[in-house]
Amino acid sequence: MAENLCCLPKPQRNLSRNHNRMDFWELTVRFFSLADANVRQVIAGSILLGGAAGALGCFAYLQRRSLLGDALAHAALPGVGLAFLIVGQKEFVPLLLGATATAWLGALSINAIDRYTKIKLDAALGIVLTVFFGLGIVILTHIQKSGSGSQAGLGSFIFGQAAAMSRQDVVALAVVTVCMLSVVTIGYRHFKLVSFDTGFAFAVGLPVGRLQFILTTMIVLAVTVGLQAVGVVLMAAMLITPAAAARQWTDRLPRMLMLASIFGMLAGLFGSYISFLKPSLPTGPWIVIVVSGIFAVSILFSPRRGVLIRILRHYQHRGKITRDHLVKSLYRVGMERENWYAYYPVSEIAHMWSFTPTELRSGLSQLTAQGFLEREVDMYRLTQNGVSAGARVTRLHRLWEVYLTRYLELPGDHVHRDAEDMEHIITPEMEEQLSQMLDHPVFDPHLQPIPYPTEQKGV
Amino acid sequence: MTPDLWIILTGILAASACGLIGCFLVLRQNAMLGDAISHAVLPGLVIAFLVTSSRNVLPMVIGAGVMGIATAYLSELLSRTGRLYKDAALGIVFTLLFAIGVILVSIFTGQIDLDQECVLYGEIAYTPWDTFTLNGQSIGPRAVWILGGAFLINLIFIGLFYKQLKISSFDPRMAKAIGVSERVWHYALMTVVSLTVVAAFESVGAILVVAMLIIPGATAYLLTSRLIVMLALSVLVGIICAVGGFFAASYFDASIAGFMAVVGGIVFVLAAFGAKLARRFARA
Repeated sequence: MAENLCCLPKPQRNLSRNHNRMDFWELTVRFFSLADANVRQVIAGSILLGGAAGALGCFAYLQRRSLLGDALAHAALPGVGLAFLIVGQKEFVPLLLGATATAWLGALSINAIDRYTKIKLDAALGIVLTVFFGLGIVILTHIQKSGSGSQAGLGSFIFGQAAAMSRQDVVALAVVTVCMLSVVTIGYRHFKLVSFDTGFAFAVGLPVGRLQFILTTMIVLAVTVGLQAVGVVLMAAMLITPAAAARQWTDRLPRMLMLASIFGMLAGLFGSYISFLKPSLPTGPWIVIVVSGIFAVSILFSPRRGVLIRILRHYQHRGKITRDHLVKSLYRVGMERENWYAYYPVSEIAHMWSFTPTELRSGLSQLTAQGFLEREVDMYRLTQNGVSAGARVTRLHRLWEVYLTRYLELPGDHVHRDAEDMEHIITPEMEEQLSQMLDHPVFDPHLQPIPYPTEQKGV
Repeated sequence: MTPDLWIILTGILAASACGLIGCFLVLRQNAMLGDAISHAVLPGLVIAFLVTSSRNVLPMVIGAGVMGIATAYLSELLSRTGRLYKDAALGIVFTLLFAIGVILVSIFTGQIDLDQECVLYGEIAYTPWDTFTLNGQSIGPRAVWILGGAFLINLIFIGLFYKQLKISSFDPRMAKAIGVSERVWHYALMTVVSLTVVAAFESVGAILVVAMLIIPGATAYLLTSRLIVMLALSVLVGIICAVGGFFAASYFDASIAGFMAVVGGIVFVLAAFGAKLARRFARA
């Protein structure tokens, strides 16, 4: 039974046999020209599967049920065993029906546990997964021991045969895809609401239970049909990864559905292409690797949510904070000494604020380049632009302090920290509104003067 | 002791070790971690096998352990980017690792025969015959020693850090406020879970481990709202699953591990109805 426990696909039957002597380009042309009937079948199947699973996965993802596919794929095992016990031989349609029946039962159980007990969804998924899969193993071992021999390879129904996409698979996939497309199109608005805000959907009187049931049924169908082709784990991936990747690029559901389907299809296409190039490489895992690659690119580089852009923005903001503090400190020292344009050595500037050496160096050179500072050997001084920049940061800081004391009625000694943050964030428009709202105050709560641009001109 | 008793003892130890630590997974809504790890260890196994070119258990366990911990850490890291949900992060990581494992198997399929029988996935029915010997004297099945050790380690871990685990599971903010780092305890727990899971796989097989990580904890969670009682109940449920599963399996002549999961399912359903009835009576 060991092979069943680790869910390994059976040895792969491969797309490309006996073409070791063909070179890369010949193979590529042969693959994409669709001349080979077997190739056509695999491409059609992988693309259909990728597209359908990608789109359905979006709804699962948004409801935080991404692992539903994984649980249901395991829950199909007892159905396969039972169907075999009843029919007595390995036939595609009965096995598929059996798998669908128990996977569907599993889905109902998950919903029931989630709804009627205090068990959370993750544990509900886990319980159904293990209990159903355990039952499946019980049935398969029972069959094996009473075995007639014809049961061999029964497990491969759910562990997948990768590159062996049969005609039946493709037809079944096509049927599921068409069903899914029409259901999703007809009930689009309702599904959207249920996925984003179940509570609201309830409140406006949508049949939430029934809608979720339809979605779950679609996922069950996709899973059981896809299982046979790519296996349990890889089927789970097709439901999770394209949707998670698509989510990185957009906040709108229609676009997310489109992108997830496209990612799924691309993964299907290139997964089968890679396994066509190298005879020893199975299709299913390559599909997963391609789609994981798409995901990695998405989460790193997506222009709005990407991890890299966020790191970049973080550093930009840090840089701005340092520059603000530099001009502000120089401005304040200038105000105390009533000399705005004196030169200060770097060592002295370093003590004006808790700058790190790197911050100090890059901040000073950036400000010089931007024309806010002038440099003389190892000394810096503010330019006229620098003085007004320093005045602006000081002004924003003090305006915000006035705002907090006046409108939030905070005591004067509680507002400094908050103003330290806000002075870097307030935009010119906000500044305008603030000073109008506060009627251009002259002093901050600590009775320090608020410098306005007009005053600066005289200096 | 007869082989049957050894098998039952092995089952009880596996179920208790997993059940104890599984309580925290259930509480932290991370119950699918066991399932994820059970798949994600595959590349670790293959690499260990390729590097040592032997079927020694130790390198395999190390390879699997590394992958198990990597799964827990990577998915946590991904979800901490704040860019996707926790469950999706876990799913992405373990399916990718599994896919890499399958590809490694198929690339090196000429050199190794890992694909048909995964060596690390044990079968509980065979445990009595794989014994430790000390001074030429058999001192009982290896699985009993390993799982007994895992059970003890988990017990000690939970005993020593009960307060930290409890507060960081129930109220991460409170934990932070009183200086208990939620993150540190999360990673500590994940490490212990990964090692338990891998050690137990090696002895009794994946499905049993994954089931016993979730079902006893969830069942106990239905019946009580006190952590200490929940831990005790989870061990009790584990024992029921092990004993019940063994006898059901010998009666129907089928997989012991499979039946342990099925018995767990039955116990869970009974507990769910029991809890419902109890609440109804309490209200009336």
